[in-house]
Amino acid sequence: MIGLQHYLVVSAILFVMGVFGIFLNRKNVIIILMAIELILLSVNINLVAFSAYLGDLVGQVFAMFVLTVAAGEAAIGLAILVIYFRGRGTIAVDDINRMKG
Amino acid sequence: MIQTIAFYLFATLVIASATLTILARNPVHSVLWLILAFFNAAGLMLLVGAEFIAMLLVIVYVGAVAVLFLFVVMMLDIDFAELRAGFAQYLPFGVLLVIVLAAEMIFAVGAWTAGGVDMAARVAPTPQEVPNIEALGMLIYTRYLYIFEGAGLVLLVALIGAIVLTHRIRGGTKVQKIEAQNMRRPEDATRNVKPAVGQGVEL
Repeated sequence: MIGLQHYLVVSAILFVMGVFGIFLNRKNVIIILMAIELILLSVNINLVAFSAYLGDLVGQVFAMFVLTVAAGEAAIGLAILVIYFRGRGTIAVDDINRMKG
Repeated sequence: MIQTIAFYLFATLVIASATLTILARNPVHSVLWLILAFFNAAGLMLLVGAEFIAMLLVIVYVGAVAVLFLFVVMMLDIDFAELRAGFAQYLPFGVLLVIVLAAEMIFAVGAWTAGGVDMAARVAPTPQEVPNIEALGMLIYTRYLYIFEGAGLVLLVALIGAIVLTHRIRGGTKVQKIEAQNMRRPEDATRNVKPAVGQGVEL
């Protein structure tokens, strides 16, 4: 069986790729949301790997809840994106400053 | 042996497709790479025996979330080339940040050993003779029932929230007014006349 640390390294690289995606595409909200999905995926891989190697099912239950929250977050985020685009005609993050004091 | 090959295949593909997700020029390609990343992550989870989470990943992420992304990307008319401005400007610092972060995490994982894990203190030890889905179901519907209901509530709130946010009433559409139809009496709508022969009716 593959060692636990292999899984942790894969999940660490995936997490870092998500952070990198937020950093690089900081104007495009859609790509930022996808990068957040990648980060949550890496967290899920971590939870499932520990659950499997420690023989404790709770990690998989928790991964399911993370998945639920990720799905809800994507739905709400994209809904906000759609109404923002309807009002402004753009989705550039730099232009979102209406609430600046 | 075959497990090792499968692990390295899935791991390489999940990292490669995650990289291409954030680097692709076209957001539609980004979504497609994201779908590939989810599939390979599901493969990784299958390898450690978490079949239910793997199937959930394919159904929920690929079937719902990624399609939602695809829908939004294709629905909005956005100049994506303009949004990529500053990409090269952020690249050097981003790469530096990523290398530092990845090195820290990998060093931490390498230095860590599961020496003092008390296996007797596990909350729900994996049953040996029961399939993964059955064991998870027995756990979710008994001990974690309220949290499971809470997850359902989160999804309900997300559903209602998305509808409330994006719903709009368009003007100028013709809608059936059932109460107005029911209120209408025959005497308002019809007229009883008795025209003389050969005269016709004035409408």
